[in-house]
Amino acid sequence: MTVKQLSVFIENRRGRLGEVLKVLKDNNVNILSMSLADTTEYGLLRLIVNNPEHGRDVLLDAGFSSMLTEVLIIKVPHVAGSLQRILTLIAENEIDIEYMYGLSVETTDASIVVKTNALDLACKVLKSSHIDTMTPEEIASL
Amino acid sequence: MIWNEKMECMSRDEMTQLQSERLVKLVKYVYDNVEFYRKRMDEHGVKPSDIKGIEDITKLPYTTKDDLRDTYPFGLFAAPHSDIVRIHASSGTTGKATVVGYTQNDIDVWSECVARCMSMADVTKDDIIQVAYGYGLFTGGLGAHYGAEKLGAMVVPMSTGNSKKLTTMMVDFGATAIACTPSYLLHLSEVLRDEGLLDQIKLKAAICGAEPWTEKMRTEIETRLNITAHDIYGLSEIMGPGVACDCKYHAGLHICEDHFYPEIIDPKTLEPVADGELGELVFTTITKEGIPLIRYRTKDLTSITHKKCECGRTSARISRFKGRSDDMLIIRGVNVFPSQVEAALINVEEVTPHYMMIVDRENNLDTLEIQVEVDVKYYTDEVKGIEKLTKKIATVIQQALGISAKIRLMGPNSLKRSEGKAVHVIDNRKLY
Repeated sequence: MTVKQLSVFIENRRGRLGEVLKVLKDNNVNILSMSLADTTEYGLLRLIVNNPEHGRDVLLDAGFSSMLTEVLIIKVPHVAGSLQRILTLIAENEIDIEYMYGLSVETTDASIVVKTNALDLACKVLKSSHIDTMTPEEIASL
Repeated sequence: MIWNEKMECMSRDEMTQLQSERLVKLVKYVYDNVEFYRKRMDEHGVKPSDIKGIEDITKLPYTTKDDLRDTYPFGLFAAPHSDIVRIHASSGTTGKATVVGYTQNDIDVWSECVARCMSMADVTKDDIIQVAYGYGLFTGGLGAHYGAEKLGAMVVPMSTGNSKKLTTMMVDFGATAIACTPSYLLHLSEVLRDEGLLDQIKLKAAICGAEPWTEKMRTEIETRLNITAHDIYGLSEIMGPGVACDCKYHAGLHICEDHFYPEIIDPKTLEPVADGELGELVFTTITKEGIPLIRYRTKDLTSITHKKCECGRTSARISRFKGRSDDMLIIRGVNVFPSQVEAALINVEEVTPHYMMIVDRENNLDTLEIQVEVDVKYYTDEVKGIEKLTKKIATVIQQALGISAKIRLMGPNSLKRSEGKAVHVIDNRKLY
């Protein structure tokens, strides 16, 4: 199952990231995890939040280019080699990972956020290998 | 050294007489051969017979770059195509280039004018000159080339783009003169310094043009390279480089007045201003055959003097340029109008019409950054998607302007909106 990630394009300017975070705070959107892809000119902020649709809307209203992106949140057991096993599975099925980052929420398992070029196929492959993904409801309840 | 003493040092009365004769002839020539001018003069209520001398020039209507655009490509040509031997082109204000054509006689006159200018820098047939302007549609390369050949100098047609080869050949050939943009020459001086070649060059003089520069830059060039640097001026609509140049006294640029009649006008009222007063430079090409222009508004701001120069020349001199009366930028020697950027961006559906051009100079080379706001629905959260869009816009801009620009994508509403006339350019170079 996929979940919606909140993505924001931020041009490199002092204080810009803080402005984004303030809009989310003022609108009670809680950040569960984040990743920032940075280049010299801009950053791509990727957030897992408790209410992505609301987050996108309030950011758009505040003048930020925000969008929702479908991603997978894969549960990774706390056992050496489990992440490697998952990535091997994905690669064997000729799926490309666009980016990934860890979900920093305390649960019994670790979790990674993954964007691939073929989400449906990735879901199917993971499911048939009994690898769990998180649902939007699970995320919202965190 | 004075190349053509007769023309460059004649008395003011003789010059006025010569200009009068040439203007009368020119006006009849364009009226008979260019439909655009015939119509415009008719609308203006002026006939060739009304022009009896140079003092009657104010009866004639002005010509602008827009007129060239509206008659693109060959509408203002007065000579039949069979007599045109060369075409050059420069940036138009939008989309279309400004195209000019030369007859063999025009090329000869042009070469003569460039030879005069190079002589002002004391370049002679004994010199080895590297021409490091771009060769092609741009008038800089071929204009300087033909002028230097006319002079009888040994010409090395370097063109642009390979500083390392240029400096190597400068040393190996023992080049004594160079023609290029002043900012590029400053850059070359650094390349020479970094390669430890400064004490091996035989350079004496530089003929620099195609972009505005300051006295400070001239001193800098002269000190770094131990040469004299001269300011050559021109524009393709009038001819190309060689319209005017400064002599060793650097007291203004001597105009080749027997070919290009200068006026200075108030750009607002369009009335002539007195000698010494700042205004817009206007030229009438009194001997041109291919594309003769009457009272062409250059949009360059300067002042003029008709006093005799210490060098002995009597030709009118224009001061260093003080700016432009339009929004044209000269970047790496290329004319750039913000309207070109605007027109190019309209064709990119991912971006909004908001943009900002930031012009600067790094290591003496002009840089252009164009900031554009991307339409919200075209953002992607992948770096490669952003890079793809950036590259697409960069290609569109490169094709439109003829120079490369760094594209910076901006978030929505992040570019300043101005009330009234939009500000689209920040020029940090301080050229005037």
